[in-house]
Amino acid sequence: MSLHSATAPLPLTPLTSATTRSTLDIARIRAEFPILRRKVHDKPLVYLDNAASVQKPKAVIDAISECYTGYYANIHRGVHLLSERSTLAYEGTREKVRAFLNAASTQEIIFTRNATESINLVASSFGSDFKPGDEVVITGMEHHSNIVPWQLLCQRTGATLKVAPFTETGELILEEYERLLDSGRVKLAAFVHISNALGTVNPVKRMTELAHARGIPVLIDGAQSVPHLAVDVQALDCDFYAFSSHKVYGPSGVGVLYGKKALLQAMPPYQGGGDMISVVTFEKTEYADLPNKFEAGTPNIADVIGLGVALDWLTAIGLDQVAAHEHALLEHATRQLREIPGLRIMGTARDKAALVAFTLQGAHPHDIGTILDREGVAIRAGHHCAQPVMQHYGVPATARASFAVYNTHDEIDALIKALWKVKEMFEL
Amino acid sequence: MSDLRDLYQEVIMDHNKRPRNFRIIPQPTHHADGLNPLCGDRISVYLDVKDGVIQDISFQGAGCAISSASASLMTEALKGKPVSEVEYLVDAFHTVVTNDGECPKNLGKLNVLAGVRDYPSRVKCATLAWHAVRAALEQHKDPVATE
Ligand SMILES: Cc1ncc(COP(=O)(O)O)c(C=O)c1O
Repeated sequence: MSLHSATAPLPLTPLTSATTRSTLDIARIRAEFPILRRKVHDKPLVYLDNAASVQKPKAVIDAISECYTGYYANIHRGVHLLSERSTLAYEGTREKVRAFLNAASTQEIIFTRNATESINLVASSFGSDFKPGDEVVITGMEHHSNIVPWQLLCQRTGATLKVAPFTETGELILEEYERLLDSGRVKLAAFVHISNALGTVNPVKRMTELAHARGIPVLIDGAQSVPHLAVDVQALDCDFYAFSSHKVYGPSGVGVLYGKKALLQAMPPYQGGGDMISVVTFEKTEYADLPNKFEAGTPNIADVIGLGVALDWLTAIGLDQVAAHEHALLEHATRQLREIPGLRIMGTARDKAALVAFTLQGAHPHDIGTILDREGVAIRAGHHCAQPVMQHYGVPATARASFAVYNTHDEIDALIKALWKVKEMFEL
Repeated sequence: MSDLRDLYQEVIMDHNKRPRNFRIIPQPTHHADGLNPLCGDRISVYLDVKDGVIQDISFQGAGCAISSASASLMTEALKGKPVSEVEYLVDAFHTVVTNDGECPKNLGKLNVLAGVRDYPSRVKCATLAWHAVRAALEQHKDPVATE
């Protein structure tokens, strides 16, 4: 089944969002999401909180149910049919993730609980030999999950956290980043690909080159990027890449860490237990090969399988098409938001992905969120786990509308209409 | 939008726009910050207590309409009250914004916040300043969180 409308020609060049025109049949895509049919406060659901977590297509929901009803058993252990079948589906997803990220080997794909755990794994394991005076460089626009693990590591080891600042428009100041890399003490640069608070797409390829030129490995937090743009870890040449299944149309409870084989091989295990060993005696344990070394204990089998189906689903639509559609939504939203007096958009980077964060003079984001909810419009109001970004703009919180492939121009119009209701309510 | 008016009543909108006792008491006998980690809102309350009575009370900070109005109404309600009554009032207010039952009778204007009951995610906004007052009287040094 094609999700592209039959008449429009497919674009010849992939991406960039500005040049590609989406030919997706959004109504057909929407029909695949059962939850989009429901109402909220008697209004059609307008789900614009996709950066927090995205809704799931029926294929993914069914795959999880099929696993439990059809062939579920523990993996890597049984010689019986169900275990073999489950192992095949689980490991099959590893291959799908490898292909999705264009990694060189499935040994470089590690399943975790979420992006947060992927980052913590690197902080605990790769960071285990950090020493006082060593430095970790991050940016000012990180999610807390790419701040706190490094702070904890610094507390444990005496290393220091350095933060590269960003401009008023929400763009990283590359010269400052480069200056921080120059200290000669930096052990790792860890930065977000797309900021969940601003929508900024960071120049991660350039940032990686700058770090590598100084012999510094990099970790990229890809939680917000994998649902919106094609990622090629070999082209980026990054050392680690982390993302969460639940933001890329897969189930919650699964994350991915990509790591270059040589680095992962040299790193100590993150957790100990079953599945990550080859031989255990009470004197000594030999660890299993990659990737099992980093997957102690029974994993989230059914949801990993669900992630595989989600990636197939997304790949069939085509990330260039997704990006083009979301870009059109972003432009449509931005244009109309700018017409609302007193509305201020946080994050106006030239390269920006499918979300818009804003404040409205005289109405707190929490109040905006509540009033919009009564209109059926779900957005996020708060600090988006990026309090330093809020501090940068001198606000406690922002409202954020974030888009997915199933959102429509009409839904953006519903958002705008609801925002005018806020103004009416607050007499602004 | 009618049910939204149950939440955003006129009194609330008025106190949000023109918060009462919105200032700092220079040398308070008691002071505490209330922090809502969910949204990053922070409200500071200041008290001047003499002879077991709240002579003056004020607040400062940034919050949503619900937390600002609640703080403002609270300062009006507590000014002149004996400290010994505060605990009861804090609990009674909590009942107003969370319970399905009858509102306590003697809370007067504070009952306008009863609409918050239907918005579970907003209860913490309404109780933020009240947590802070309790903490101030217990002389907490660290900001109290609503969690
Ligand atoms: C940029 C970014 N990094 C990391 C995370 C953490 O993802 P998770 O909570 O799935 O671990 C998020 C989630 O909001 C995010 O937006």
